[in-house]
Amino acid sequence: MRRIAALTRNPVAIALLAALAVAGCRSQQQVPNNAADLGLGAGASAATPGSKQEFTVSIGDRIFFDTDSSVIRADAQATLTRQAQWLNKYPSYSITVEGHADERGTREYNLALGARRAAAARDYLTTRGVAANRINTISYGKERPVATCDDISCWSQNRRAVTLLNGAGS
Amino acid sequence: MQKYLNATLALMFLATLAGMAVTPARALVEIDVNKGVVEPLPIAITDFLSGDNMGADISGVVAADLRRSGLFAPIDKAAFIEKISNPDVAPRFEDWKVINAQAIVTGRVTEEPDGRLRAEFRLWDTFAGEQLIGEQFFANKQNWRRVAHIISDAIYKQITGEMGYFDSRIVFVDESGTKQNRIKKLAIMDQDGANLEYLSRANSPNTLVMTPRFSPSPQSREITYMSYESGQPQVYLLQLETGQRELVGDFPGMTFAPRFTPNGDKIVMSLLRDDGNSNIFTMDLRTRSTARLTETNAIDTSPSYSPDGSQIVFTSDRGGRAQIYVMNADGSNQHRISFGDGSYSTPVWSPRGDLIAFTKQSGGEFQIGVMRTDGSGERILTSGYHREGPTWSPNGRVIMYFREDAGSGGPRLYTIDLTGRNEQQVPTPNFASDPAWSPLLQ
Repeated sequence: MRRIAALTRNPVAIALLAALAVAGCRSQQQVPNNAADLGLGAGASAATPGSKQEFTVSIGDRIFFDTDSSVIRADAQATLTRQAQWLNKYPSYSITVEGHADERGTREYNLALGARRAAAARDYLTTRGVAANRINTISYGKERPVATCDDISCWSQNRRAVTLLNGAGS
Repeated sequence: MQKYLNATLALMFLATLAGMAVTPARALVEIDVNKGVVEPLPIAITDFLSGDNMGADISGVVAADLRRSGLFAPIDKAAFIEKISNPDVAPRFEDWKVINAQAIVTGRVTEEPDGRLRAEFRLWDTFAGEQLIGEQFFANKQNWRRVAHIISDAIYKQITGEMGYFDSRIVFVDESGTKQNRIKKLAIMDQDGANLEYLSRANSPNTLVMTPRFSPSPQSREITYMSYESGQPQVYLLQLETGQRELVGDFPGMTFAPRFTPNGDKIVMSLLRDDGNSNIFTMDLRTRSTARLTETNAIDTSPSYSPDGSQIVFTSDRGGRAQIYVMNADGSNQHRISFGDGSYSTPVWSPRGDLIAFTKQSGGEFQIGVMRTDGSGERILTSGYHREGPTWSPNGRVIMYFREDAGSGGPRLYTIDLTGRNEQQVPTPNFASDPAWSPLLQ
């Protein structure tokens, strides 16, 4: 993140980045992970190897956390391990890890909690061989829930870190 | 925004209205706001005389202000016996005693040759049979609501003995769209919800904004807030007069939870570290120099200064869960003050300096409460599905916050008295959150 922030302040570096990006069409601020955007369901089995669809559907683009925790759970470790293997196989992608919190917290604390979750996921990926300079992180706190209801069935889906593929690839 | 400027510049307080009895040595009518349960004071607010609707409009705003405070009970005008025809002479007090009006407000609104509005009012003590205050104001016509709020503040101060809070503004976040793709815009309005203006024009969910706070500078002409407009969530400064925005500091990561120092020379905020923890920093707005105040492997956020600037209250989870801590302004003597069941966050120091308001999560509910600055004397004012983000009225008497009930779809702004009584919704056109109350305007 330090690197990305520094780059965005340097016009020369930005130009260089743009030149390097093959299909650099990641929107500057994408709307994160509407369930409808995930491509889940029909046609999932047809995902092209190395495609964003394969990453999202077959590998799994998100992990979940316990309440007020940024500890990577066992199920999340399995997902992140698959992500790392896939990213190591397709090294042209850079990624953004988004950290999110559920609505059962206050705004500023949850921004910090989301950031801590994103950092935890990033650190896990780097221990599995993904280069740190491929990973950007951002926290959305409780601002972008994927599930909206007033009970735990939704809150548990919102406490998440989502890995988004940025550049290159298809 | 232009309207706001005119309002702040063109209002002129003139003279105390003499003529009737001068300041009384002993008013019979008063409210002791520290008594606990206060019976609202019956008060008759008569329509101010004027050639048009302006007189009734102004007295209507005064009545609404005083009613919302919970300390006054304006009497239904249909019950009035005397019709005021000359506000310069004493009312027929006997007529007002019959309907138990403890105090009477009379007034007159006229237009000056230059087009300005001239508003006069008098506050009368029915049972003492004398005038308590009499004042007149000149203002541009479009500022008539401010004239009404200033009159409300004068009445409130005379009868309660405390400063009022009606001539003040609220900056907040307007929320529209679905929860998954909420559109958030900065908005500003009078404390009663009137004169709403949008400060950001974003119609895209990508441009999230949050936690706006007023500067303490005269007339509160700056706000600091957090925005995703660069892609990276960061703290900004917005000049209300010019609309000019600037990034606060040149930090490598997310900055958030900004507030001004009491004299407005610095902004204190949280900075995300590369390891995922967050610490508290200040940035001097003139020299741009920064200082680190905390350095724990924890989340340290939501800093808020004591009114004398000597201490900072903040949230930290260094002990495992979010709790409230206090430190000196240089970062020394960090110590925990909240020890109740549950977690505590969003502490805000009261303008009087004696209390800290907070959000508490306990037993699956969210609560707004207050405690003394050493953590003792905790009192919960309101509790429910979601309550968050207290902000103090300029006189430290009322707390505004946002509240969402299960299934309601979004938050709304509410006020509650420091006693925990008189919870009232503040009218906003859409869902609303993150309110911040300005100081009294000048």
